[in-house]
Amino acid sequence: MKEIEIFHAAVNHIPDMALKIQKTGRKIMGYLCSYAPEELIYAAGFHPMRLFSSKSEIILAENHLQSYCCSLVRGVLEDSLTGKLEYLFGTVFPHTCDSMQRLSDIWRMNGKYPFFADVVLPAKLNTESAKVYMTDVLARFKKDLEMAIGKEITDTDLKDSICIFNQIRKNLSAIYDLNSQNPGIISDRDIYALVKGSMIMDRKEVAGLLSQIVSHLEKMSPSPRKGKRLILSGSVCDTPDIFDAIETAGGFIVGDDLCTGSRWFEGRVMEDEPPLSAIASRYMARVTCPAKHSGLVTRAENLISLVEKNKADGVVFLFLKFCDPHSFDYPYLKESLEKKGIKSTAFEMDDQQQSLGQFMTRIETFIHMI
Amino acid sequence: MSEKPTETIKIKSAKKMRDLMTTYYLEALSAAQNNKPVAWITSGGPVEPLVAMDIIPVYPENHGAMIGSAKMGEDLCSKAEDMGYSSDLCSYARADIACSVVKGGPIGGLPKPDMLICCNNICGTVLKWYEIQARFYNVPLFILDTPICHTGYSPEIAKYVRTQVDEYIVFLETVTQRKLDRDKMTEVGTLSLEGQRLWQKVLNTTAHKPSPMSAFDAFFFLALIVTLRGTKIAVDFYKELIEEMEQRIKDGISSVPDEKYRLLWDNLPVWYQLKWLSKKFSDHNACLVADTYTSAWCGTIKYIDENNFLESMAEAYTRIYLNIGVDEMVDGVLDMIRFYDVDGFVMHSNRSCKPYSFGQMDIMKIVREKTGIPVLMIEADMVDPRSFSQSQVDTRIDAFMEIIKQRRG
Ligand code: SF4
Ligand code: SF4
Repeated sequence: MKEIEIFHAAVNHIPDMALKIQKTGRKIMGYLCSYAPEELIYAAGFHPMRLFSSKSEIILAENHLQSYCCSLVRGVLEDSLTGKLEYLFGTVFPHTCDSMQRLSDIWRMNGKYPFFADVVLPAKLNTESAKVYMTDVLARFKKDLEMAIGKEITDTDLKDSICIFNQIRKNLSAIYDLNSQNPGIISDRDIYALVKGSMIMDRKEVAGLLSQIVSHLEKMSPSPRKGKRLILSGSVCDTPDIFDAIETAGGFIVGDDLCTGSRWFEGRVMEDEPPLSAIASRYMARVTCPAKHSGLVTRAENLISLVEKNKADGVVFLFLKFCDPHSFDYPYLKESLEKKGIKSTAFEMDDQQQSLGQFMTRIETFIHMI
Repeated sequence: MSEKPTETIKIKSAKKMRDLMTTYYLEALSAAQNNKPVAWITSGGPVEPLVAMDIIPVYPENHGAMIGSAKMGEDLCSKAEDMGYSSDLCSYARADIACSVVKGGPIGGLPKPDMLICCNNICGTVLKWYEIQARFYNVPLFILDTPICHTGYSPEIAKYVRTQVDEYIVFLETVTQRKLDRDKMTEVGTLSLEGQRLWQKVLNTTAHKPSPMSAFDAFFFLALIVTLRGTKIAVDFYKELIEEMEQRIKDGISSVPDEKYRLLWDNLPVWYQLKWLSKKFSDHNACLVADTYTSAWCGTIKYIDENNFLESMAEAYTRIYLNIGVDEMVDGVLDMIRFYDVDGFVMHSNRSCKPYSFGQMDIMKIVREKTGIPVLMIEADMVDPRSFSQSQVDTRIDAFMEIIKQRRG
C-alpha cells in the first residue's frame, strides 16, 4: 500500500522529514513521552515531534548520565549533544519517571534550543484535585507557548487541533481493531510504522493517510496465515525487527499496552467541552503509564481486558533495561495474568541492542508453549 | 595503618541514640498489642499529623538502612529478584518487598501497617513500592503528590499540594475514625521545627576545624530526625548531642585524629561499607565533614511558618533537596563547600537512586569549574554490595587523596 510506504519513508529518514516540515514554516517541538499535550503544541502553530533515540553509540552522553540509565534517555541526549537534533525549535518534558525528570534538568542546563518547557503533570491521576492541577498545568503550558509565539492560542485553534488528533486516534484504533479481527491483513512492522509515523509526521497529512488506509483495510479479505494471537505490553518499543521476529516465530500482535502503541492514542478529547479540561480528562481516563498512579490494580485489569477483548493467547512483555516503573509492575502483572490462566513471557532489551537472537529463541519457545 | 597519632574518641551520645531507636522499634513492633495504628511512611513524608494522631510511623527506608548496615542486603535483594523484581531497582525497595514476604532482616520484618503514606518528593520509586505494599498488605494508601520543582515552586503546585494536605488529614481521620486535635498538631509542628533546627545545628558543628564529628556519625544520628521528627525525644536528644559536640570542640577532640583534609560527601551512604570507608579516609587524615544527604532533613526550614506549620508544610515538603532542579542542587552543594571549607568532593554514584544520581555528572563539572576542588565519583549501591568493588574504590580513593595532598602542598 503506497500510503503505508510514506510512513516507512518518514520513520526511516527522520531528519529529512524534519527538513520537509521546516520548509512548511512550522517550527519543530520535540517531546519525549505520550503525556505531552500535542494538541496544545500543534494549536500554537508548532509541529509536535516525538523524539526517539537514533541508537548511535553513547559517547557524549557518557559525561552526563551513568550507564545505569535507560537507553532511551541516554540515546536521545546523545543525539542532542552530537547535533543530530538541530532542527528542533524546542522541547517539552512531561513529568513521568525519575530518569526523564533528570534528563529534563540536564537538557535545560545544557540548553541549545530556543524553547524549553516542563509540563509537570500530577503523578496521581485519580483524584479531583489532581485533575484541577492537571488543568492548571496545561493552562500554564499554554501561556508558555503563547509567550513563544507572541500571540494568543484561541479556543478555535485548540478545537481544530483537537479534531485532528482525535481523527488520528480514531483511525489508529480502527486499524488496531481491523487487524485484531483479521490478523495478518497488515504486517506488525507496518502497524508500528503507522503509529511512530503519526508521532512525527505532519498531522494533517497523517490524518488523511490513515483514513485511506482504514478504507483499504476494511476491504481486505482475511489473511490465510495462521498464528498465535499476542498482546505486547511495556514501554517504548522502537525496534521494528522485534515485530518481524514475532511474525517469523508464528505470532500475530493483536493489541498492545505500549507507550509507543495504544497507550499513546487511547481515548478521545471531548470536542464540545472547554479544551484544556477536556485534554486533562483524557489523560485522567486513559490507560495509565506505570509512572503514574490511578489505582492499585488498574493496569492489570486493563491488560486482562485487552487479552480477553482480543482473544489473545498470551502476553509478551517488552522492557527497556533500567526502566524502573515498568520493572516494578512486572511481577504483579504477571501474577494477575497467571491467576486468569493467561501465559506471558518477558524480554528486557536495550535501544542499542544489535542482535535479536535471544529474543527469537524466547519468542519461539513461548509460541510453542501457548 | 597502625601509625595513627591518637585513638578516635567515641561520641558518648551514640549509646543513648541506640537505646532510643531500640525503644522506638520495640514500641512499633508491639503496636498491635497496644491497639495503636501503624503507618508506613516514606522518609521525606509529612509525619507530623501521624504523630499528632498517635499513629506510629514506621520508615521502610530506615529499615532498609538497617538491612544494609547489617549486611543482609544481598540476600534480601536477591530474594526480591527471585520474585521477579529486576536487579536494577532501588535496593531499599527490593529489600523491603522481600522482607515483607520472608519476614527476614535484622528485626524480623517491620510491624504490619494499617495504612501507607507515600510522599513522592524523593522519587518515583516510592510510588511503585508503596503500590506493591498496599496490594500485599491490603491496606489503604495515601499518596501525597509533590510535583518536582524543576525551576521553582509554582502557584499551581502550591495550590495542589496544599489541597492534598487537607485530603491527607481526612484520610487519616477516616482510617483511624478519630479527629485530628489541632492543638496537638500545633505542638507537634513546633517540636518538628525545633528538631530540624537542632539537627541543622548538629551538622553545623562540623564547620569547626578540626571537626568534632564526621558524616559517618551524621548518617548514624540521622535516624532520629527521620523517625522521631515532631517528638520531644528528638528535640531533647539533639540538644544533648550539640552539648557533647561543643564540649568536644572545647576539648579539641576531633572525629579524625590529626584532621588535615576535609571532604564533602554526596548521595546516600554505602551502608554496608561505612566502617571501611571511614577508616579509609581517616587513614589519609581526611574527614568527611558533611554530606548532602543528612542535611535534607533540615534543608527546608526556611519555608516553614512557625505559627502555621500545617499550612506551610506543603511548601517545605515539596521543595526538599531531591525534588528540585539539578541547578538548584548545585547551589546547595556550592554553599556547603564554602560553609564547611572542604578540600574535595566525594560523589557516590548510587545505582539504586536514580533521582539522586542522574545529574551528578553535571554537578561534578560545575563544582570543578567554580571551585577548582578535586571531585571523586565512586560507583556503588547503598544496600546491595554486589555493585561495589572494594579494590577499585580503594585505589581510586588513594589516587584522589594524592591529588588533594598535592594541591594543598
Ligand atoms: S523507558 Fe522507563 S526509564 Fe526510560 S524513560 Fe521510559 S519510563 Fe523512564
Ligand atoms: S534510595 Fe532513591 S530511589 Fe530509593 S527510595 Fe530513596 S529516594 Fe527513592
